[in-house]
Amino acid sequence: MIRYLLGKLAESAIAIWGVVTIVFFVTRILGDPAALLLPIGASPEEMARLQADLGLDQPLFVQYLSYLGNIATGDFGQSFQFMRPAMDVVLERMPATMELAFTALILGTLLGVVAGTIAALNRGRLAELVVMLFALLGQATPVFWLGIMLILFFAVDLGWLPTGGYGTPAHLVLPAFTLAVFVSASIARLLRSNLLDVLKEDYVRTARAKGLMPRVILIWHVGRNALIPVVTMIGIIMGELLGGSVVTETVFSWPGVGRLIIQAIETKDFPVIQAGVALIAFIFVVINFSIDLLYGLLDPRIRERR
Amino acid sequence: MRSFFSALLRSKAGLFGWIILSVFVLAALLAPVLGLDSPVRGSLSARLDPPTWTGLFSPGPHPLGTDQLGRDILSRIIYGSRVTLAVAAAAVILGGIVGVALGIVAGYFRGMTDRILMRLVDIQLAIPLMLLALLVVAALGPSLRNIIIVLALTSWIRYARIIRGQVLAVREREFVQSARAIGSGTMRIMFRHILPNVLTPALVVGTLELARVIIMDAALSFLGLGVPPPAPSWGRMLADGRTYLSTAWWIVTFPGLAIVLTVLSVNLVGDWLRDYFDPKQRGLK
Repeated sequence: MIRYLLGKLAESAIAIWGVVTIVFFVTRILGDPAALLLPIGASPEEMARLQADLGLDQPLFVQYLSYLGNIATGDFGQSFQFMRPAMDVVLERMPATMELAFTALILGTLLGVVAGTIAALNRGRLAELVVMLFALLGQATPVFWLGIMLILFFAVDLGWLPTGGYGTPAHLVLPAFTLAVFVSASIARLLRSNLLDVLKEDYVRTARAKGLMPRVILIWHVGRNALIPVVTMIGIIMGELLGGSVVTETVFSWPGVGRLIIQAIETKDFPVIQAGVALIAFIFVVINFSIDLLYGLLDPRIRERR
Repeated sequence: MRSFFSALLRSKAGLFGWIILSVFVLAALLAPVLGLDSPVRGSLSARLDPPTWTGLFSPGPHPLGTDQLGRDILSRIIYGSRVTLAVAAAAVILGGIVGVALGIVAGYFRGMTDRILMRLVDIQLAIPLMLLALLVVAALGPSLRNIIIVLALTSWIRYARIIRGQVLAVREREFVQSARAIGSGTMRIMFRHILPNVLTPALVVGTLELARVIIMDAALSFLGLGVPPPAPSWGRMLADGRTYLSTAWWIVTFPGLAIVLTVLSVNLVGDWLRDYFDPKQRGLK
């Protein structure tokens, strides 16, 4: 187990290093920050002085090394827009993004597990068809369009909920439900096919032959085994939720990191882009690391394989 | 080929997917001869006309209404599908070529090559794909070529992983062993003996990737980082239409429906192909 853990830890560290490296080089292609900071018509001397101040006159590799050194201490430089440390700006927006992502994840997982179980236990009946139809549609519907349609219906036509913004629980309903539909669709499809596979296993037949109550079999023998792949799926879904936050937050005017990154791209605020993407990738890596651990705990075969 | 069609007729979902997808592809290909209004030139006197069939006042023959510049929405959807389908197909093919090639190399050589390539995959997977796409489009600038490159960049990983797994199995098979025994070169073994055996899974991955890439393409144009105007694009139609949500629901409704139907049909075709090529899975579904 220790070796498994250390191996996963090393993988995570390499992934994070890779991410900050990619982010560094990609943002360098975006343009020269010094040219953006100075007013139009600034003299070449002023330009050179600012470049020297920002360390932009150094060779790229030297810049890269000092960048790595700085971000190791959480320093991504000053935001060009806000004139404050970029990481502070990003961290302020983080709670809103997490609030939305986790509400959607919990709501969507509950919906998905219930729907997937109903579908598997009603094999060949109308209930399965209905659940699977909704799951297929849920997977094919872009989150931003579903969001717009829900705004159109519940906010514009009925006036029950706000069209966007942040603050009260009412503001959370539409964005969280929009994302939850997507989450539950993926989970329902996966869980249904896992349940059907597990129900065929010998140990389930043995449990039935022993005369155990169906409910006990479903929870202890079937449920535990069918849920293991779903746990892995949650890692992928979290990536979609965090990455997709740029889109959802734009649709619902939700003041999270996603919308901040979009604004930063428009204004070429590199430090904020770097800090935002690095932080989201960091959280994503940490989540996947935890899931790998959980996976190892749930399924002894995984940790033995190493 | 006969078994292909009889298998298709037995699967309602697969058949539905193929039919819808064919309609969309045909409409895209035949757009210039369908007698549609111009997708880019509108008339301001026809601004925000509702769809004809709603019975509301609508002078022009606009089955799905017009947008804020008086452009026919049906025509924009169909012309938009040309761009979307071409971009998505190009991206999935480009990503497929890179991903399959790297997957074969990793699976065939194993060892260090394999470890480095798979670590590269892990690194890229640590950035949510949407963020990566956004970042790269912002850096390179949104043009048709760059969008294709970016979408391909998000797509090669899944091919590489799956093909690598397939190759690990195929390389131990007898015909590969005997090719090696008679002295065939590495290139020859990889391309003549291994490649044909992994094309089927690559096709299945490609179809399912196509669906994902269509949504991502729409999301990028929704955020203003898609194929630049005046080319009509589904994502930008949605973004533009949001301003008129309370007065003209049809601007945002129909392009979205077009995305859902296209993605749904591609997914159904992909699921069906997977089952068709993998008889073990048949009957389970």
